[in-house]
Amino acid sequence: MALEGQARAKFLCDAERCIECNACVTACKNEHEVPWGINRRRVVTIEDGKPGERSISVACMHCSDAPCMAVCPVDCFYQTEDGVVLHSKDLCIGCGYCFYACPFGAPQFPQAGNFGSRGKMDKCTFCAGGPEEDNSATEFSKYGRNRIAEGKLPICAEMCSTKALLAGDGNEVADIYRQRVVNRGFGSGAWGWGTAYEKKGA
Amino acid sequence: MLRKKTNGVAKGPRAGSLLSSLTAKTLDRRQFLAASGVAVGGMAALSLTSGRVEAATPSTGGGEVVRKKSVCTHCSVGCTVEAEVENGVWTGQEPGWDSPFNMGSHCAKGAAVREHAHNERRLKHPMKMVDGQWKKISWDTAINEIGDKMLQIRDESGPDSVYWLGSAKFNNEQAYLYRKFAAYWGTNNVDHQARICHSTTVAGVANTWGYGAMTNSYNDIHKSKAIFLIGGNPAEAHPVSLLHILKAKEENNAPLIVCDPRFTRTAAHADEYVRFRPGSDVALVWGILWHIFENGWEDKEFIRTRVYGMDEIREEVKRWNPEEVERVTGAPGAQLERVARTLVNSRPGTVIWCMGGTQHTNGNNNTRAYCILQLALGNMGVAGGGTNIFRGHDNVQGATDLGVLADTLPGYYGLSAGAWGHWARVWEEDLDYLKGRFATWDKNGKSKAMMNEKGIPVSRWIDGVLEAKENLDQPDNTRAMVLWGHAPNSQTRMLEMKEAMEKLDLLVVVDPFPTVSAVLHDRKDGAYLLPTTTQFETYGSVTASNRSIQWREKVVEPLFDSKVDHEIIKLFADKFGFTDRMFRNIAIEGDEPSIEDITREFNRGMWTIGYTGQSPERLQKHMKYQHHFDRTTLRANGGPCDGDIYGMPWPCWGTAEMNHPGTPNLYDLSLPVSKGGLTFRARFGVERNGESLLADGVYSKNSDIKDGYPEFTMQMLMDLGWDGDLTAEERASIDAVAGPKTNWKTDLSGGIQRVAIKHECAPFGNAKARAVVWNFPDPVPIHREPLYTTRRDLVKDYPTYDDKTFWRVPTLYESIQKNDFSKDFPIILTSGRLVEYEGGGDETRSNPWLAELQQEMFIEVNTRDANNLNIRDGKDVWVSGPEGGRIKVKALVTERVGEGVAFMPFHFGGHLEGKSLRDKYPKGSDPYVLGESTNVVQTYGYDSVTQMQETKATLCSIMPA
Repeated sequence: MALEGQARAKFLCDAERCIECNACVTACKNEHEVPWGINRRRVVTIEDGKPGERSISVACMHCSDAPCMAVCPVDCFYQTEDGVVLHSKDLCIGCGYCFYACPFGAPQFPQAGNFGSRGKMDKCTFCAGGPEEDNSATEFSKYGRNRIAEGKLPICAEMCSTKALLAGDGNEVADIYRQRVVNRGFGSGAWGWGTAYEKKGA
Repeated sequence: MLRKKTNGVAKGPRAGSLLSSLTAKTLDRRQFLAASGVAVGGMAALSLTSGRVEAATPSTGGGEVVRKKSVCTHCSVGCTVEAEVENGVWTGQEPGWDSPFNMGSHCAKGAAVREHAHNERRLKHPMKMVDGQWKKISWDTAINEIGDKMLQIRDESGPDSVYWLGSAKFNNEQAYLYRKFAAYWGTNNVDHQARICHSTTVAGVANTWGYGAMTNSYNDIHKSKAIFLIGGNPAEAHPVSLLHILKAKEENNAPLIVCDPRFTRTAAHADEYVRFRPGSDVALVWGILWHIFENGWEDKEFIRTRVYGMDEIREEVKRWNPEEVERVTGAPGAQLERVARTLVNSRPGTVIWCMGGTQHTNGNNNTRAYCILQLALGNMGVAGGGTNIFRGHDNVQGATDLGVLADTLPGYYGLSAGAWGHWARVWEEDLDYLKGRFATWDKNGKSKAMMNEKGIPVSRWIDGVLEAKENLDQPDNTRAMVLWGHAPNSQTRMLEMKEAMEKLDLLVVVDPFPTVSAVLHDRKDGAYLLPTTTQFETYGSVTASNRSIQWREKVVEPLFDSKVDHEIIKLFADKFGFTDRMFRNIAIEGDEPSIEDITREFNRGMWTIGYTGQSPERLQKHMKYQHHFDRTTLRANGGPCDGDIYGMPWPCWGTAEMNHPGTPNLYDLSLPVSKGGLTFRARFGVERNGESLLADGVYSKNSDIKDGYPEFTMQMLMDLGWDGDLTAEERASIDAVAGPKTNWKTDLSGGIQRVAIKHECAPFGNAKARAVVWNFPDPVPIHREPLYTTRRDLVKDYPTYDDKTFWRVPTLYESIQKNDFSKDFPIILTSGRLVEYEGGGDETRSNPWLAELQQEMFIEVNTRDANNLNIRDGKDVWVSGPEGGRIKVKALVTERVGEGVAFMPFHFGGHLEGKSLRDKYPKGSDPYVLGESTNVVQTYGYDSVTQMQETKATLCSIMPA
């Protein structure tokens, strides 16, 4: 349980559970009415079709020291007290520098007009909207729903078919994941374990 | 630094750290979920604020937001959909946390269902084909023109020349009404997707132990110590089931064993993956059982008391030594020894299968072999065990139960005179009137009442059209075809289907989408499209795979000019002049029959499988108190549903007043019948060749009969001296049916069931399961090579069946298999599902959120084959089948399929042999994504009992385009 004022928004995708069902992707589309061609969240599969195949769902990771914020030439980003990285589409110039900086490929650029202009950047908001008034029509049209203001968590995690994708305060997420690892037995659940110790699980 | 904009008004709770203030209030939910054993991720961290559940979700509108509970319309898991509706528009979708089935989860399809109720690509008006163009017409014109043509065909060729193909997308009430409607029209040419989905399961499993359904539940898998999954890919077909499977895997350390020709997304999570050759399931299962018998690991006491015929199985299994199994299946003996050992050491384990097992010419052998494996292990009738057969569509279980089938009336009563008598009593109909609606057919001097003859199954409707009339066991060819909620591209032999569609006098499509039926053929006239609704635009009951029944609320009113299915049925009944008879006990408001009245009517007749206790009121109560039901046992603990199992999984014996809780796990002796316990059904007589078929000294808990017993009749109650327990009303009702000959299935009062259960006996008797189904073509399941096979060496050892005529149509086996196609078509072709799409895909490919994720039809080809054939990843290839079809698709070069095997998904349509048919759709109703259908290439082949189509083992050739 986080102490008052110390929550830290985090995603965690449990690769032992992710089955690449893409519920997180379509739930996001549904919630925010994200247009065709923009994917705030994607499921990435490695070793596709081979033993060791694993998938994880990836979106903006809401970094503590976010590279996108650091490089943005117009300073359109801001971070909420919960650590959610948001931005203003009014200020964004669509340069794509954040796309260079992001380690996760999170920023998305819609076709906005002639000559394939990249348009304003769009990305996962942790379902926290943007700088407009909470749950206003303007906020919805620019950034999608603001579930956090409604007292709800990101829809992608809430609807995840196997509860692989966890979202919320990092402490709570860690608690849940820890409990799972204990259930699975030592070492069998952690992502990267095989890479680190060249074997899979107990 | 940017700041949040406001308009000067303080906005509720957003002060300081929102996330942390929410977090402080999550304790109850979190503890509850932890206790229920499924650690739900997101919810735990922050969820319940004061405004969480009741509060409206503000959005772009301004009206009041209303919450409606429905059930997802895709697969059979039965996930609750929580809809937020504002001014009659479905504006938001929230997780259905309270549902014990999905606990908030969805897959890609479930998370996108809101789009179906907005969909711009829907069929918007009734359409008629005029000079090769779709033209808008009114409902009146449509019903009149179609009805007149049907009456003309009826006049000229008899009622059997109109085929009423129904749907697993119906809710239970619509399914029941549709079957009843076909009876009033006067034909058994009525069927639905279950034929091509799990018909071999229903037949195989019901003939083994009584009922043909999933024995336990998705939730019960929580208790499994091992999970044996064969011919199924639930990670894509039933994603939310993985929530339950992975729980057992993680918390019980239950090994997950996946047997499949393809290394599926499910196999990616397996502890043991067994790759085997398509179509060799029986050999594989016998290969596992060989080790069990050889080592004496079988459950001998279970077999002695509860199984008939295992010795005959033992004889067959003896020949399946590891060498022979490897020769036939390709799976190494050492691996199967390990699998056998795991299953034996991890009991109870569950066996799960899907279409990989069912869709074969010997599919009924496969399903029975899986059952026998569980019987040998003693895993039946126990929590954590059972055969967990995952049904496909959201209501394919219900539509099967309610008899949208060519071989039975609702409730598996069959088509015998007794069955008709029973339903005529329920309908309060004059039996002679019904007889008069059907044809009597004179063939070879013998007169046949067609009402007692099985109809043509959906898998063979094209043969009803194309086969020479004299070869059919009915008076004339199929001349009018009604495809009501059916994707034609989910069926094989599509080039012949095109021909059949063109030969028909009349083609009618009733569907929310135009479907491939609108574009496949080159008709110029005589075709109609009628827009029906999705299940979100109506309400009623739906049966999940585990036999639980859930009640949907209506989310929005019908879109565009569409009408609900039961209204369309009523309009046709008007046209044909039997509305007063058919709806005599069903109120009609406007043109819409009352759903609740329909539920109550089938409650009065469905005694065989216990669809009698689930009244609309009880079902609605269960939906309201979903959160009272345990997440594993599904039993309510306290509250208004105390003791009930969620959704009252059938059999829910007796009347609603009797308050039976439903049966969570079939055949479980450890519970009294009144609490959901059960025995194996006494369905196959009481003895065979001098050997008793009744259970030997075992019985369900507290049973007053301490041994096996036959099914209950009035006579039996009298013999036991229990008839005194009947009320006067029950006795009068029984006397009115058949006196002492009245049995538990035909007693309309439910008195016989009530009294049997009062003595804690199962109304259907207490027998042994039978490992040998003596009335089937292969009493002991045996391996038979597919009709199209590369293994010519195995054809002589394991030949297919002789050709025969059954279900009114000639059916080929040996005359196809004798030809060697393997030189020109050297690659085995199999098909299956993708997570984003369902069935023929007309609905899901019209949903942009889903369509964006799968835009190209493809074929998976093994790397080695690809290099040998000069095929490159991502390039176009031509895939050709031995019956002449060819399609142009993208190659996906992958190790997912083994060498010599190729895989295609079956959801695509709208391209044909390299050409797009997009222009042929009604304007604005073409799905976003079109593609070639694998079933253009897929070939002939039908199960020897049920006419299930073979889609999992045929041949093809692949070459660069």
